[in-house]
Amino acid sequence: MAKTLDKVDVVTVGVGWMGGIIAAECAKAGLKVRGLERGKPRGTEDYLMVHDEYRYAIRYELMQDLSKETITFRNHRKMRALPMRQLGSFLLGEGLGGAGTHWNGHTFRFLPYDFQIKTMTEKKYGKNKLSKEYLLQDWGVTYDELEPYFDKYEKTTGISGENTNPFAGKRSSEFPTPPMKKTPILKKFENATSSLGYHPYMLPSANLSEVYENPDGQTIGACQYCGFCERFGCEYGAKTSPEITVVPTAMKTGNFDITFHANVVEVLKSGNKVTGVRYVDTQSGEEFIQPAEVVVLTSYVMNNAKLLMVSKIGEQYNPDTGRGTLGKNYGYQILPTVTGFFNEQMNVFMGAGALGMTIDDFNGDSFDHSDLDFIHGASISITQTGYRPIQINPVPPETPAWGSDFKKASIENYTRMLSIGGQGASMPHKENFMSLDPDYRDAYGVPLLQLTYNFTEQDRNMHKYLTDRIAEIMKEMGAKTVVPGNPISDYDIVPYQTTHNTGGTIMGTDPANSVVNTYLQHWDAENLFVVGAGNFPHNGGYNPTGTIGALAYRTAEAILKYSKNGGSLV
Amino acid sequence: MANEQKGVSRRDFLKTTGIATGALVGGGLIGGLVGYNVNKDGVQTKGGTQNAENHDTTSVKGLMFFTKRADFNILSQAVERIFPEDDLGPGAIGLGVPYFIDNQLAGNYGSNAREYMQGPFFAGEATQGYQSRLTRAEIFRQGIAMMEDEAQKRFQKGFTELDGGQMDEILTSIQKNEVEMKGVSSEFFFRLLRQATLEGAYADPIYNGNTNMDGWRMKGFPGHQMAYINVIEEEKFQKIEPKSISSMQH
Repeated sequence: MAKTLDKVDVVTVGVGWMGGIIAAECAKAGLKVRGLERGKPRGTEDYLMVHDEYRYAIRYELMQDLSKETITFRNHRKMRALPMRQLGSFLLGEGLGGAGTHWNGHTFRFLPYDFQIKTMTEKKYGKNKLSKEYLLQDWGVTYDELEPYFDKYEKTTGISGENTNPFAGKRSSEFPTPPMKKTPILKKFENATSSLGYHPYMLPSANLSEVYENPDGQTIGACQYCGFCERFGCEYGAKTSPEITVVPTAMKTGNFDITFHANVVEVLKSGNKVTGVRYVDTQSGEEFIQPAEVVVLTSYVMNNAKLLMVSKIGEQYNPDTGRGTLGKNYGYQILPTVTGFFNEQMNVFMGAGALGMTIDDFNGDSFDHSDLDFIHGASISITQTGYRPIQINPVPPETPAWGSDFKKASIENYTRMLSIGGQGASMPHKENFMSLDPDYRDAYGVPLLQLTYNFTEQDRNMHKYLTDRIAEIMKEMGAKTVVPGNPISDYDIVPYQTTHNTGGTIMGTDPANSVVNTYLQHWDAENLFVVGAGNFPHNGGYNPTGTIGALAYRTAEAILKYSKNGGSLV
Repeated sequence: MANEQKGVSRRDFLKTTGIATGALVGGGLIGGLVGYNVNKDGVQTKGGTQNAENHDTTSVKGLMFFTKRADFNILSQAVERIFPEDDLGPGAIGLGVPYFIDNQLAGNYGSNAREYMQGPFFAGEATQGYQSRLTRAEIFRQGIAMMEDEAQKRFQKGFTELDGGQMDEILTSIQKNEVEMKGVSSEFFFRLLRQATLEGAYADPIYNGNTNMDGWRMKGFPGHQMAYINVIEEEKFQKIEPKSISSMQH
């Protein structure tokens, strides 16, 4: 028998960026908030020994323990879905801060085009630019409506950047801190892209260029460029993370507490409301019911969708009929990459997760697609994250994978190789979706989420086009050997690609084609909010965190309004 | 290079001693040989005294996973073929990679402790990734026995008695998935072996590989450094003496 706890005003499932933002805003306004976090507490003091590639980057110390929970995967419906037994393609977070602890800190705002993609595509290219199998839809909010919330998220996180990107949406204020240092590697990219007529700018970064105090009174340190961001926590408190910003902000109100080792297994619903959640204490095995006036799902994309599915809230998407919205519009990203080998040695081992330069000349609708067989595109960036020796063993083509020649080439080229990557938008397709797995279960007896996903024609065409553009840039940078990445065929869950999974709990203006309304309030339960990149109806050409952060701040405001007035917010 | 200066080519030394190499590794003598390795500039690169790397003089390496010395010797020779000693510096044996792998197999890595290992098991497509019921420890055990079998079958000799070219022939067959294994493909075993070799060569020395940080030194990676903020804008390539994270223990 589950033990029922005292009711709280707001419960969040997961305490990462989303849970932290919701908690901070609601607790500041006087609501009693409880965060349920399945992982453990952690913070800057845990990262003293973090400069350990093997432990953190290779053995995934900060990531989800897959022995307890994973997903199953198949490329298409005729294939048997099987568990992702080892982390690979994407890295799921766990513990306080979630994936916001081991992120790189790239903090973009999606383009104005992204929010109105269907309308703008049809207006410019007609209704048949993409076939009917692509489920393109507007998000229901515009960039301009979201702008104040982008601004708020950037001020909370202290983002370092420069407002010189001609393709970005209008900003109401400058970046809170100046851009990071422009290193010789970045300058190579800047010179090459400028001479090709493009518009390079410093990547907006949550690895701060200087010490910053945010409006909540939290101080974020200055980046030391030590090269250990990606997959690591920051021992300087210089990479903005939930545990050094929004979580302490919520804590100091006295209205927020966190229960750790609390794995939520069900959202409890009665009529058109939810009553709370049921969770398992992962240390004792005991079950608890946490009643709440408002339930906010703030865990990762996969788990938010899974919780709704196992709780039977909303209608599961059916690719045959097109009916149902839950699990629909799963999106990933397309990553055209080009490697260049240079004669000169470069300081590749120095860096920071979001130290980079970007161009948007081939992102969104910045360029004309009339004669192209795809829409949207990618931001193209060079990043100097700090090459790590286990993972980075660059060898020119035709070099064997082991033995004496491999050793020589990989050592020679480690400090002589650069790569440029495009972060490509992925358009929703009717055959790409999430559902519940019928066979495999997690450690608590709950079905695993099942992912059905493959790259589509649109993705392949875009990948090819952008790979060619990136190769031109690499050549212009002076690489002696330019090696474009192979064309993509089927999606493969093994190699790491990106943790920018989106969709499944999408937002919109109509319950017929979205799971939540534009305030991320569930259409079927007015006191249930679902917050995360799962809300994106399609994936963009950027890292998602800035856009989710903005949506979360907008939702926090909506929750406060709801807790006063009740009812649907639309 | 140092070895030549001292009139000893370590490569020849290893070759001529043949099967004895394993025993040398076990006896810790290789550690002594590595001690006088030098980098390209001829600068003495023996573990610095300015930080915790002098722990090396008291650290003890031992077998935590393998029970038979012969198995450990096969592993040692195989990883040395993947990452050989050459004029750039030590190979896998000199870097302690066999100990690194042995020690890892005895822990979470070997038992797949943080991975989903529940059934049912089906072969699946390549795009779905690892689907075997075997743990890494079980795969290595089987893989090493298989390498010995292949050596006997092809050359009527033990694996460690083969010359380098013969070992490479077997490793290549394993890599190309031409050798039968149970519950796993030999190609997958090879990928594990190669990856573990690189991990042992380049992981922080706290894991008993990358002896004397010579893996990092060869590659120009300075290991754990607190900050590059003052040098990251320099055009000139920075040669920095590597530091282990053990220097953070205080």
